[in-house]
Amino acid sequence: MPLVIDSLTIRAAGESALFGPLTLEIQPGHVTTVMGPSGVGKTTLLQAIAGHLPGDFTLSGGLALNGRRLNGVPAEKRRIGIMFQEAGLFPHLSVGENLAFGLRAGVRGRSARARAVDQALATAGLTGMADRDPATLSGGQRARAALMQSLLAEPEAILLDEPFSGLDQTLRDDIRAFVLEHIRARSIPALLVTHDPADAEAAGGPVIPLDAVPTARA
Amino acid sequence: MAALLRTGLRVLILAILIGPVLLGIAQTLGAAFGWLPALGERSIGLAPWQALLKQPGLATSVQLTFWTGLSATLIGFVLAFALVAGLYGRAGGRSLTPWLAPFLAAPHAAMAIGLAFILAPSGWLLRLVAGPLDLARPPDWALVGDPMGIGLILGLLVKEVPFLALIMTASLGHLPVRRWLIRARSLGYTPASAWIRVVLPIMWPQIRLPTLIVLSYALSNVDMALILGPSNPPVLAVSVLRAYTAPELSSLLAAGAGAVLQAIAVIVTFAGVWLTERLIARLSRAGIRRGRRERLSGLALGLSQGGSAVLMTMAAGAIAALVIWSVTWRWPWPQALPGSLSIAAWQQSADALTQPLGHSLILAAATTAIALALAIAWLETERRRGATALAAILYLPLLLPQIGFLPGLQFGFLQVGLGPGLLAVGWAQLLFVFPYVLLVLVGPWRGFDAQITRQAASLGAGPLRRLLRVKLPVLLAPVLAAGAIGVAVSIAQYLPTLIMGGGRINTLTTEAVSLASGADRRITAVYAMLQMLIPVTAYGIAIITPMRRARHRRFLRE
Repeated sequence: MPLVIDSLTIRAAGESALFGPLTLEIQPGHVTTVMGPSGVGKTTLLQAIAGHLPGDFTLSGGLALNGRRLNGVPAEKRRIGIMFQEAGLFPHLSVGENLAFGLRAGVRGRSARARAVDQALATAGLTGMADRDPATLSGGQRARAALMQSLLAEPEAILLDEPFSGLDQTLRDDIRAFVLEHIRARSIPALLVTHDPADAEAAGGPVIPLDAVPTARA
Repeated sequence: MAALLRTGLRVLILAILIGPVLLGIAQTLGAAFGWLPALGERSIGLAPWQALLKQPGLATSVQLTFWTGLSATLIGFVLAFALVAGLYGRAGGRSLTPWLAPFLAAPHAAMAIGLAFILAPSGWLLRLVAGPLDLARPPDWALVGDPMGIGLILGLLVKEVPFLALIMTASLGHLPVRRWLIRARSLGYTPASAWIRVVLPIMWPQIRLPTLIVLSYALSNVDMALILGPSNPPVLAVSVLRAYTAPELSSLLAAGAGAVLQAIAVIVTFAGVWLTERLIARLSRAGIRRGRRERLSGLALGLSQGGSAVLMTMAAGAIAALVIWSVTWRWPWPQALPGSLSIAAWQQSADALTQPLGHSLILAAATTAIALALAIAWLETERRRGATALAAILYLPLLLPQIGFLPGLQFGFLQVGLGPGLLAVGWAQLLFVFPYVLLVLVGPWRGFDAQITRQAASLGAGPLRRLLRVKLPVLLAPVLAAGAIGVAVSIAQYLPTLIMGGGRINTLTTEAVSLASGADRRITAVYAMLQMLIPVTAYGIAIITPMRRARHRRFLRE
């Protein structure tokens, strides 16, 4: 079931649209990449899709996920995960608590929940690190833990906001491969925003250039 | 040599600020057990406690103290948190500070008098509905001096919510709160839930101290309780003050015991906060492990925001009531607005006003200037880390109930030859002005870009020149803000002025509080208005000056 974006435009109060109407459809297990110069509104686009558009922006066009219309649905009910470059994990919780915080409420019972968290930790190569302070993890470990936190909530789509740009080159390839592999394994649609062509290439899906709407000034 | 000078300066500052507190505690404890050499009393025993326990209504006073103090702080915390959460990231949220400034600046007594003008049986609120409801006479109903202390709770709330909201906003500073909220919501948590489960626990360690200060004040304040609180029996702090001002020696010693009881009440509550903190941390960890996504908390947040709005409207109404009453000539019941206006009340009070006004201004200027100098000296002589434990001691005067050590301090000062007067009042006020000034300056001082002074040093500027010509001008805005808060704190002081002045130093505040108990409303309004105008003006200067100066210096604005 796809993530469908239909002639989406976003504009700040009293200003012209950030970019031209955007239409795209992302199939489950596929990763579409949006590229564009900084300041064109890539992050705003992701926030609009996930339901976090700041109050001074307005959106027109349609958004649907698995046949559910998303327009007007509060962010917490959209079931769309989002990953950033930083601030992935919550600093006041241990690594294990961070994952438990993400794990959907539907998994009940202390032991079942603990098992799910341990399993996710193992997947991320973090076995035995449940009680660690996230600040003591390496950048790569944090990125993997943050992905696990997002996936434990069982999102129906995931948005990636330059999640690899804070990592150094060698780590970057590893983490990118890890993240993409797990997203494909979940069979959920993913939208990646980046300015690194290598990210787009690894994602393997269509690449959509996001250009500023030509205004009267340009 | 420089190190010796530095240590000497720090010890001197501690002696000036903490010495009197320890002296006051020692004397109060002594008095509580019959030891008051200043008055020739040396019979150690439990007689003061027996006298205290025999006081009629003591149990009710203690109950009232806990009820009003705890509920005001708890509700105030919830309302302030909801306000901050609701306004965060909105266009209006950024400009919250200037809007809260007048409520922060207004002295407790002036705000309490304004509220009394609204809430009294013949107050503005009832005048507004008297017409439509056809009430011929003021009803026999009151939120002022009511036995449940509702009026007092409202008064405390009006002052606490802006303060806590500002402290909370400041504590969020440059934290990536928006990203945390987005992450939490994308995991299925409602905004309210995200604020409570993510932001609150991260914010709490930074707002714990200010919250305890608010709690201690709510449990032990005297001026608001005198104006808005129940009178028979009153809250504990007021009953201690009554015993203290009674002529008999036995009553004075009982006041010592009462002061100790008040301090115990505050300490017990602090212990309760500590336990509650542990308990909530444990429960919320369990909740996080269960991954519960609450649905109801959004409604609670909305209700709290409504409560904040009602409260702030009331505060604005209170200030408006002061303005209107001070220029009212006739305002017969049940009219919603005065029948005729006049500046007669101002003219009438002009002569009587000069002395208290002069006292207020001298005390505010002197204590603020000294507090600023001491605070800057304290921060400049600070060695990087490890100073935090010592720094906490400087907040002791704000954490202790004033009534818990000021009576003792008066006798302590007497014994070392410092009689009641302006100097004693100023020194006592300084104990409370200094920590607030320090609280405002700590952040900017620690966050100051050391590279700027290093560059000045490389240009050949010595330490004093670096401070005066580079650091202070760059930090002008926080220094002015600290000065404005210093003025507001000094002007608001009631108990230190009353006790350390031996009743002979009258300020706008002591006059306003005594007028509030039944004098002509118009005259009372004049004193309360003036009392409020001084700190509001100081805040205005503190807000406007840096803005004007930074017009052509963009880096100063950041």
